[in-house]
Amino acid sequence: MDKRVDLPIAEKLKLTVRNLNFYYGNFLALKNINLDIPEHKVTAFIGPSGCGKSTLLRTFNRMFELYPEQRAEGEILLDGENVLTSKEDVSLIRAKIGMVFQKPTPFPMSIYDNIAFGVKLFETLPRVEMDERVEWALKKAALWTEVKDKLNQSGSGLSGGQQQRLCIARGIAIKPEVLLLDEPCSALDPISTGKIEELIHELKSDYTVVIVTHNMQQAARASDYTAYMYLGDLIEFGPTSEVFMKPKKKETEDYITGRFG
Amino acid sequence: MTATLPASALNDPAKMERHQSHARPPATRRQTVPWADAVFSALAHGAAWLTLALLAGIIVSLVIGAAPAIREFGLGFLWSSDWDPVKNKYGGLVMIYGTLMTSLIALVIAVPVSFGIALFLTELSPTWLKRPLGTAIELLAAVPSIVYGMWGLLVFSPLLSTYVQQPLQSLLGGVPYLGALVSGPPVGIGLLSAGIILAIMIIPFIASVMRDVFEVTPSLLKESAYGLGATTWEVMFKVVLPYTKTGVVGGVMLGLGRALGETMAVTFVIGNQSQLNSASLFEAANSITSVLANEFAEAGAGLHQASLIYLGLVLFFITFVVLAFSKVLLTRLKKREGARA
Amino acid sequence: MSSMATPTQAAIALLNSRLRKHAQRKRVNAIALVLSLAAMAFGLFWLIWILFETVRLGLGGLSWSLFTQMTPPPQDESGGLANAIFGSVTMVTLATLLGTPIGVLAGIYLAEYGQKGSLGSVTRFINDILLAAPSIVIGLFIYSVVVARVKSFSAWAGVLALALIVIPVVIRTTENMLTLIPNALREAAYALGTPKWKVIMTVTLKSARAGVLTGILLALARIAGETAPLLFTALSNQFWTSDLGSPMASLPVTIFKFAMSPYENWQKLAWAGVFLITMGVLVLNILARTFLRNKH
Repeated sequence: MDKRVDLPIAEKLKLTVRNLNFYYGNFLALKNINLDIPEHKVTAFIGPSGCGKSTLLRTFNRMFELYPEQRAEGEILLDGENVLTSKEDVSLIRAKIGMVFQKPTPFPMSIYDNIAFGVKLFETLPRVEMDERVEWALKKAALWTEVKDKLNQSGSGLSGGQQQRLCIARGIAIKPEVLLLDEPCSALDPISTGKIEELIHELKSDYTVVIVTHNMQQAARASDYTAYMYLGDLIEFGPTSEVFMKPKKKETEDYITGRFG
Repeated sequence: MTATLPASALNDPAKMERHQSHARPPATRRQTVPWADAVFSALAHGAAWLTLALLAGIIVSLVIGAAPAIREFGLGFLWSSDWDPVKNKYGGLVMIYGTLMTSLIALVIAVPVSFGIALFLTELSPTWLKRPLGTAIELLAAVPSIVYGMWGLLVFSPLLSTYVQQPLQSLLGGVPYLGALVSGPPVGIGLLSAGIILAIMIIPFIASVMRDVFEVTPSLLKESAYGLGATTWEVMFKVVLPYTKTGVVGGVMLGLGRALGETMAVTFVIGNQSQLNSASLFEAANSITSVLANEFAEAGAGLHQASLIYLGLVLFFITFVVLAFSKVLLTRLKKREGARA
Repeated sequence: MSSMATPTQAAIALLNSRLRKHAQRKRVNAIALVLSLAAMAFGLFWLIWILFETVRLGLGGLSWSLFTQMTPPPQDESGGLANAIFGSVTMVTLATLLGTPIGVLAGIYLAEYGQKGSLGSVTRFINDILLAAPSIVIGLFIYSVVVARVKSFSAWAGVLALALIVIPVVIRTTENMLTLIPNALREAAYALGTPKWKVIMTVTLKSARAGVLTGILLALARIAGETAPLLFTALSNQFWTSDLGSPMASLPVTIFKFAMSPYENWQKLAWAGVFLITMGVLVLNILARTFLRNKH
């Protein structure tokens, strides 16, 4: 069952998912997913709880491998190479695909060290360059002006919205190619949410962004492409305006108009 | 005259170049220390294996050390009460009885008292008292056993003799079974004294565990019981205690394990007599731990030492059985609860 | 008329029996609560009495000579506990230094590598056994393996025995503290491409360090008061020694010897020693508690 979606020819593809099946033990959680993620665009995964959108996101950077009873079969091509079977060390793959989680997770160290943490894993930079990298990452995450005078303070002293931007800065600092955001605003107030949505809009010029959200309005506001999932199936995928205004499938329309969910 | 602007990326071409390069992903990436993961994992696994090796080592060395005595006396060792270093004949009944009896006395006293303390701490105590009282009970657990032993011998036992043992003896002297229990010299040492000191020692352990499990009982459960008109006692005894019985059993087993293995508190007050003349609790006696503490250092290598190690093996076995039994009980209770739910 | 009287009578009888039952239940409740209060007072009473006696009898024996003079022969008026104090401090410190890394590593194994699978559950079970093992049995083990081999008692044997008591305590507390750290924090580090050993050392362990340190402190406090494992490993020594290969005095064993003796000067020194140990252990415990509370 080929669920390939036709994209405008101009779009370059960053991630291609082919025939992906995902298992929690014996339970088939993702059923034969076929999907293309375009480069330098924001793609949103939406759907009711339990539809598999977070599961799908977590296959991209092989986060599921931390848990032995979870496994994935199929292909996830990043620039043509299959992430799932690549010979490359998984840490290096994860460095290319950054992730931000639902709850902010600042490390138990200073703000500066939080950002520098990932960088130090892969590069040895002189102090001046590291300072610049930290500043650049914080500026990109729209957090620099708020924390530039307290870089030595602990990350957990920041507000929720600031902590989440810190996590985004931390992910950007290692210069990934793709950014995965798993419901990044679900623990934040509306003002912080707005700031992060603005940030996502700016980030896409440098990165490919995939965002999982249970908030349809957020998907409509912030994304260029939307994938609607239900119970492990990819029901529909296309440009956000089309999916929300002229959905091709009835299930999509039912969800969008709030008939269930 | 050119106005000097503050140095910024816009004016510094080198910095500008670096800024743009920040956004570009690097051409290659490599891990700084690639073999560190394997080494660290090996260390952690090794530490786990070491723990296993330790237990195996303990059992093996005990068996080897006790082998001469096992060969000589076999299982009859366990119910012979001959303990004669002169004639080189040994039997462990006195010590095994002493260990079991003192622990039994300790449990009989400690379990209801601990329940009372846990009840007080969770339901009756005013909030401002809860933490200091709880800490006080936990500090009781931290006091080293040698303090209990010494205090027991030099302070407690004379008082026990005058105010408890002698009155008990005059009260129950003629009574058939009880009288036998309280016969013997009321000098404040013996099985009863050791049992009481042990009880005081294990109360904080059992009480802390009970308090912890009572505290995590969902308040909704208690509220439903109160809502039906139950009194505090009924709520605790008929609802909370059954609900928490897994934790409570675990705590009691923990206390029992400690009582069985306790050396110093018992050695000071048990009297160190390897004889079992009567059923009296006032008689001087011996437990496995007290006889080891007193006789091992001087026991020459030979049957004496091997018999002592044999006793150590028996004690280890008893502790192991208590622990395994409590684990089995707890898993079975948990399963039953799961099935019911 | 009579048919009306019977239900009312029955109703009154029911009410009366309910009231009686209620009164009885109230009485049972009141007795239970009084007993509970009595139990609390009972527990507190012993703590206060023991501490009081320790302070009273121990304080009297405190003087500088305790720390400067060696253990005396019986019935000698002078003397102190210097060699015993030195021996205890030395052996306890060495045992903690030896046992902590092994315990922390095994705790890391249980929390980070072995949550599922047989090595993990077996290790946990074995650790529970070691935790509950009577400390005198540990002493027997070290005797058979070290003292009998080398044919002499030594401080090293004592250190090993104490370390074997430290290890299970540290394993248990380390594992408990590490499993409290939420998975999201670990995943965030992995998502950056951090290798596993670095996630554990710089993120997970670091977040849990307050609890782990408390566990180590509590293990230290526990072995500071242990007598049984030293009885036939380090034995004792009436003279000063800093040679770890020879028998070494320790506070608990010295107290044991002195307290069971009939000599008054020895008993006085024993009380002073008991005072020192109790105060040391209580201070360590309170320190560990406040440290843990402040870090949270």
